[in-house]
Amino acid sequence: MDMPQPNPDVLARKASVLARLRQVLPEDAIIADPSETRAYECDALTAYKCAPMIAVLPSSTQEVSDILRICHDEGVPVVPRGAGTSLAGGALPTADCVILGVARMNEVLEVDYDNRFIRVQTGRTNLSVTGAVEEQDFFYAPDPSSQLACAIAGNIAMNSGGAHCLKYGVTTNNLLGVTMVLMDGRVVEIGGAHLDSGGLDLLGVICGSEGQLGVVTEATLRILRKPEGARPVLMGFDDNAVAGECVSDIIKSGILPVAIEFMDRLCIEACENFAHAGYPNCEALLIVEVEGSDAEIDSQLAKIVEIAKRHNPVELRESQSAEESARIWLGRKSAFGAMGQINDYMCLDGTIPVSALPDVLRRIGELSKEFGLPVGNVFHAGDGNMHPLILFDANKPGDLEKCEAFGAEILKLCVDAGGCLTGEHGVGIEKRDLMHHQYAPQDLEAQMAVKDVFDPKWLLNPAKVFPLDASAARRVVPMAAE
Amino acid sequence: MRPESESELAEIVAGLNEPVRVVGGGTRGVTGPDRMLSTEGLRGITLYEPGALTLVAQAGTPLAEIEAALEAEGQQLAFEPMDHRALLGSAGEPTIGGVVAANVSGPRRIQAGACRDFLLGVRFVDGQGQIIKNGGRVMKNVTGYDLVKLMAGSWGTLGVLTEMSLKVLPKPEASATLAVPAKDAATAVRILSEALKSPFEVTGAAYDPQQQCALIRIEGFAESVSYRSGRLQELLGQFGAVDPVEPSDALWQTTRDAADFADTPGDVWRISVKPGDAPEIAARAEADRTLFDWGGGLIWVLVPAGTDLRARIGAFSGHATLVRAGADTLARLGRFQPEPQGISALTQGIRQKFDPRGMFNPGLME
Repeated sequence: MDMPQPNPDVLARKASVLARLRQVLPEDAIIADPSETRAYECDALTAYKCAPMIAVLPSSTQEVSDILRICHDEGVPVVPRGAGTSLAGGALPTADCVILGVARMNEVLEVDYDNRFIRVQTGRTNLSVTGAVEEQDFFYAPDPSSQLACAIAGNIAMNSGGAHCLKYGVTTNNLLGVTMVLMDGRVVEIGGAHLDSGGLDLLGVICGSEGQLGVVTEATLRILRKPEGARPVLMGFDDNAVAGECVSDIIKSGILPVAIEFMDRLCIEACENFAHAGYPNCEALLIVEVEGSDAEIDSQLAKIVEIAKRHNPVELRESQSAEESARIWLGRKSAFGAMGQINDYMCLDGTIPVSALPDVLRRIGELSKEFGLPVGNVFHAGDGNMHPLILFDANKPGDLEKCEAFGAEILKLCVDAGGCLTGEHGVGIEKRDLMHHQYAPQDLEAQMAVKDVFDPKWLLNPAKVFPLDASAARRVVPMAAE
Repeated sequence: MRPESESELAEIVAGLNEPVRVVGGGTRGVTGPDRMLSTEGLRGITLYEPGALTLVAQAGTPLAEIEAALEAEGQQLAFEPMDHRALLGSAGEPTIGGVVAANVSGPRRIQAGACRDFLLGVRFVDGQGQIIKNGGRVMKNVTGYDLVKLMAGSWGTLGVLTEMSLKVLPKPEASATLAVPAKDAATAVRILSEALKSPFEVTGAAYDPQQQCALIRIEGFAESVSYRSGRLQELLGQFGAVDPVEPSDALWQTTRDAADFADTPGDVWRISVKPGDAPEIAARAEADRTLFDWGGGLIWVLVPAGTDLRARIGAFSGHATLVRAGADTLARLGRFQPEPQGISALTQGIRQKFDPRGMFNPGLME
C-alpha cells in the first residue's frame, strides 16, 4: 500500500505550526511528542501505521475552525478522526499531517421528541446517541457493529450502515443537518430540523465523503420511537442458492424484515464452536428478524416460515422468547470474534445484487482454493452487503499480501456482478486503488471536482478514496509562501 | 431536441452553443430558455428485480409505466411522488427523470424517506457532454462520493439525467386513515406529533384547516393496520373523537398533489420547517389558504399573486419554494430560497464544475 511521501517543507516547519496551534488551543489539546503521537498511528485497519506530525483534540467548533485556518495557511494536511474504528484506513495519518480528533466533543446539544431529532457534537459515540433518548423509548437507527466505540463524526464520514438498514436506511437517510468547518476555517450550517434541501443537496454529498470535504462538528439526527418488540426466526439450508431464493421470496411476499442475515458453513461452524448458540449443521443459515407487537410478529413470522418451508429447510426455529432470540443472535453477533479465534482475518465489504448471491459465493469458493486461504461469508442478505472474512496468518511472510490480492479479486467480482466495492466501510486507503475498476476516469473526475470546490488545496485527508495516480496532480499543494 | 440515446444526448450537449431548458414530461413548471432539451426519447425500464427491490429505468420513462410495472408485482415507489399537473395546470406525461431531478416526494416522505433516499444510482451527461455514472443498483454503496444525492433535486442544473436506479418497496396490503378534530394548526401539530412519536409507524400526517381535522394514515398488513388504528384511537382519544375516514387513498392523493389548490387564484408556495415551528410560520404567512403535511414539516401556502412570502414570514429555519406563480414573479423572487453566502459559494462552485458553460437551466437555481 503506497502513501505519498511526507512533504519535507511541512516537516521542517513543525515548530512554527505548533507555536501557532498553541495560540488557539490549551496545552492539553496538543500532542506533538513522537512517543505520544504514536497513539494515533492507525485506525482499525491495523496493518498500516504511520504516526502523525501533530495530533490536536479540540473542544469546540471555534477551536476546529482555528486549527483548520492555521493548517490551511501553513499548507499542512489534516486527517480528521472520530473514534479511529475505520476498517478502511480512513483515519490513517501521513507523517506530515495534523490529526484532528473530535473525541472530546461529545455533548448532547438538544433533544426534541416532539420534532423527533437530536443534535449532538460529533465526537459522541453512536450507541450513546441512542443512550441519550432511550428513557423515552426512542433510538437512533444506524447501528454499525462498532457502535459501542465509533463516533458520529466517522459515521457521517463513511455513511455507516448496520444490520438494520434494510428497514431504517443508513446514516445518510437519518442525517438532517450538520455544522461543518471547511478547510479554510469557514463554518457552514447545512440542513437542520426540517426535511430536505432548499437547493442542491450538499448534505447528501458531505455524508460519505470520508472527511475530505470538511470537519463535521455537530449533527442533527433523526430519532425514532422503538418498535413494540422484535423477534427472529432461524433457518438452515443445504444449499447457498436455495437460501438466496428464500430471501428473494420473503422480500417479494411484501414483508419487510428489519434484518436478514446470512452465514455460510465456515462461519456457522466457527460461531458454533465459539458461542455454542445451537446452530444447525448446514451449508447456509438465515436469521430473519421482524418487528411489531407480539401478535404482529407472530403473523409475520408465520408468513416467513410458510415461505421457508417451500424451500425445504433443514432447520426452522421460530423464537418464542427473549432468551431464545438472544441465543439465535448470539452466534451471528460473535461471528467476527469467532473467526478471530481461528486466525487473523481480513473483513471485506462488497455489495452485490441479491440475485447474484449463489454465483458470487461459488466463485469466492473457487478463488479460495486458488489462493489457498479459507474464507467465511457473513452477509446482510436483504440488502446484498457481503462481509467475506479471509483467514490468513499475519506472522507468515507473504500471507498478508496474498490475502490482499485475494480480497481485491473478491471486490472486483462484486463490481462485475453489478455491485460495488464497499457497502458500509468506506474506501479509505484499502480500496482506493480499486476505484478504477468501478469508475471510469470521468466518473472519478466528477467526484474529485466536488472536493476541488470544498477544499481547493486538497489538504483534508488527501491520499484517500481516489487512486493515487488519479489525484496526483491535485495533491501537489502550493505552499504557504505563495 | 429530443435525443433517442444517451450517446446522442452527449453529442448534442457537447455541441451546444446556447443554453437550453432541460425537460422530461414538462409537467413540473420549469422555466428557462425557449430552446428545449427533452429526455422523452430515452425510454424504458432496463431492469426490474422484485426480489432485490430494485428498478432501473431510462430518464424519459413515463412514471405511469413504472408504476404499472411495480403494481403488477405488488410493489411501489414508497416516496409517493406528487403529480404537479392539477396544481400547475400543466399537461404532458410525468417522467421518472423529472421526479428525480426535482426530488419529488409525497406524504409518506415523513416515514419512508424522500425520493433521494430511494435513489441508488444515476447516469447523466454533464455540461461538457461527458457521460458520468455514480452509485449503482445495490442498496448499500459507499464507494466514492455520493453524487446520486447531489443529482436528486438539482433540477437539471448539474447535468441531464439519462438513467437511474431506484429502491422500491412492497405495496402495503391495507391502509386506514384516522381523523381527529383540531381547531387550529397548533392543536393539529400536537396531535400529529403524538401519533408520529408512537411506535405505530404512521405513514401520513396531515392537517387541512378547511376541514379542521388532523389526518393520520397507517399502512401494512390488514390485521396490523386494524391493530395499530385501534391503538392510535386510544392514544389520541384525549384530543376528541377519533374516527376512521373513507376512502383513504383518494384523500392522500389529494394531499400529495395539493389538489385543493388547483384552479385557485394566486401563488402557491411550499415551506419546509421544523414541524413545531409550522403554526407560527403559517400565521406569519397570512395566507388565503394553507395545508399541512409531514406532521407540520411541510406547509402549502396560497397567497395573492406577486406576494413576497419570504419577506412576509421573515427569517426562519427551513426553506420556502415558489411552486406556482407567473413568470415575472418567479423571475423577481426566485423559485428557490436564497442561500446564505457560505452555502451559495459552494453550490455555485459545484455548478461551475459540472456545467462550466452554463448550458443547463440557467437562472433556475441561482
